[in-house]
Amino acid sequence: MGKREAIAAFVDQPGGLIKALHRLQDQSGHNFLSPQDIELAAEVFDLPTASVWGTATFYSLFSMTPRGRHVIRVCESAPCHVVGSLNILSELEKHLGVQVGETTKDGCFTLEVASCLGVCGVAPAMMIDENIHGNLTPQSLAKILAGYA
Amino acid sequence: MRFIRSHILICSGSNCQLRGSLSIMHALEAELIKKGLYQEIRIVETGCLGLCEKGPGMVVYPEGVMYTRVTLADIPEIVEEHLLKGRFVRRLMTQPADGEDKLTPLNMSPFFIKQKRVVLKNCGLINPESIEEYIAAGGYQSLAMALDQYSPDQVIQIVKDSNLRGRGGAGFPTGRKWDFTRRAEGTEKYLICNADEGEPGTFKDRLIIEGDPHLVLEGMSLAAYAIGADKGIIYVRGEYDLSIKRLEQAIRQARESGLLGRNILGSEFSFDIDVCLGAGAYVCGEETALIESIEGKRGEPRLKPPYPAQAGLWGKPTSVNNVETLANIPSIIEHGAEWFRSIGTATSSGTKVFTLTGNVVNAGLIEVPMGITLREVIMEIGGGIPGGRQFKMAQTGGTSGGCLAEEHLDVPMDYESLSQYGSSLGSGALLIMDDSHCIVDLTKCFLRFFVHESCGQCTPCREGTAQLYNIVDKISKGRAAGSDIDLIEKLSRTMQISPLCALGQTAPIPVLSAFQYFGPEVRAHLRGTCPAGICNMKGALANADS
Repeated sequence: MGKREAIAAFVDQPGGLIKALHRLQDQSGHNFLSPQDIELAAEVFDLPTASVWGTATFYSLFSMTPRGRHVIRVCESAPCHVVGSLNILSELEKHLGVQVGETTKDGCFTLEVASCLGVCGVAPAMMIDENIHGNLTPQSLAKILAGYA
Repeated sequence: MRFIRSHILICSGSNCQLRGSLSIMHALEAELIKKGLYQEIRIVETGCLGLCEKGPGMVVYPEGVMYTRVTLADIPEIVEEHLLKGRFVRRLMTQPADGEDKLTPLNMSPFFIKQKRVVLKNCGLINPESIEEYIAAGGYQSLAMALDQYSPDQVIQIVKDSNLRGRGGAGFPTGRKWDFTRRAEGTEKYLICNADEGEPGTFKDRLIIEGDPHLVLEGMSLAAYAIGADKGIIYVRGEYDLSIKRLEQAIRQARESGLLGRNILGSEFSFDIDVCLGAGAYVCGEETALIESIEGKRGEPRLKPPYPAQAGLWGKPTSVNNVETLANIPSIIEHGAEWFRSIGTATSSGTKVFTLTGNVVNAGLIEVPMGITLREVIMEIGGGIPGGRQFKMAQTGGTSGGCLAEEHLDVPMDYESLSQYGSSLGSGALLIMDDSHCIVDLTKCFLRFFVHESCGQCTPCREGTAQLYNIVDKISKGRAAGSDIDLIEKLSRTMQISPLCALGQTAPIPVLSAFQYFGPEVRAHLRGTCPAGICNMKGALANADS
């Protein structure tokens, strides 16, 4: 299905623009929204480009720059912090050879931090794409990442 | 007919799923088939049992034996010993069992005995994916009763009399909110269920939805009937995959059964519900920002008044209610306002669902009557502090809530008492921290969250959160002076009154309370010492005025 058809169905739904942006980002292949995507959404939703741009840049789940095939979001909120999320983050940075906000050279992973993911019962936690991984230890990371490479 | 002699209820809430409850379930199924027991024992997927830290959890009925931290290797033993020979597998049990056959009933065990489950009444008892099980447990009775016997005004009166207050954080009386919306001019009105649970440490709404989605739908239908809305929207976090799936499935089932749609149960009342997804913005939990987001815009809070009750979604009268608030409604209609007021304290009626996180033995989901003390929650239900460490502090109400010290352990958990100590019930998050943590480091973590989540619309919040962070960062490096603490105080007071929404207004609360109750520890940092040994003091400056 082309991008235009994929998002046309959302026009009359509540929150339709955000659903459309989710869809465009999923179809981009690089987990991001290009200027062309923004133009397209503006046209389909009959909105000024600037207001679609405004919406897209507001929400943390959308990226305006290309990202890796998989996006890692490590929770840095207090419940994860008190059980060691900083160790998880530094171990990930070491293992992947990137800092927060960067993408690995092979284009496989982008490392991000996130606010509470709402699974504090298994803190410290992170999300890779739509999947949550909890009870993380610095030792458990390599095996989890291998499942995505 | 298949005769079932035992039921095994396995938690399929997201915390337990992450600990492997689904593979446990499949292994159990295979083992039952292998032993020829499959015809007489039924496995049921249920919602959260509460002991998230000890997942995956399961309860075997009719005995009511709860097993936790079950692994694949334990399955053959559970089947062979318990289900075939009738002997409990004691090493996996959570409740005490004296002697061979004396078992403490589950609801009398330490984790459950002080709980009162109203919102979570079906959680862990029914299969959330089955509307039939919800109906069999008395579900949709309240809706039928209200449509048959009560006018919308009577429903509002019952909710007003019950003294129910919003469970999302602000604590506004629900009946009054509905009354404003009902009396607002216009025939087109909306009901929005706020499931954009973003307060760090809070995952109650996720587990309520996952464990009993129809309860939320029934609460929404009653609310819509009361305010005169025929359209409802659930705004749920984009990250909440299982919640979204369970809600969409429940809505489909309710439509098929005629419990959503036109002329519900033969009445004049028509109502339908849509699910709307968030995209990662904490501020969208604020009701006007949430409305902006549903309209497809940046989630920036609106200037109030007008309040949503006058001009909400698409400019129409709208009531925005939290998941837990709505989940209370069916029970209030069923048992009456007086019953609800008999739970809790004189001014804070009913129960509150809390999520226990951090350094506590039984991290998880609990529901207790309002007015219970922090000590009972942490030391009894929560099982105390693990690893032989000491309790240091608890933050109630999430990252926007206040920090309480050991001297506050006997404070009752209700709206009024907590606010006396500069804290709040908030969303029901309870973060417990032991003595290995540094108050300055924690405050920095709280503030980093607000810097990231401030939407940037108004200056006091956008600049204020960043400045607070910078000053606390300076303190954590031993580079601050006494005057910086005064500056924090001054800036915080400004922020409490000037930003457009609660995000900016509450951001200073954790800082103020932490600095008030842990003053000596904070001031040690001015002298270049972190008593807990967490902060990096290598670049510390010696300060004369500290």
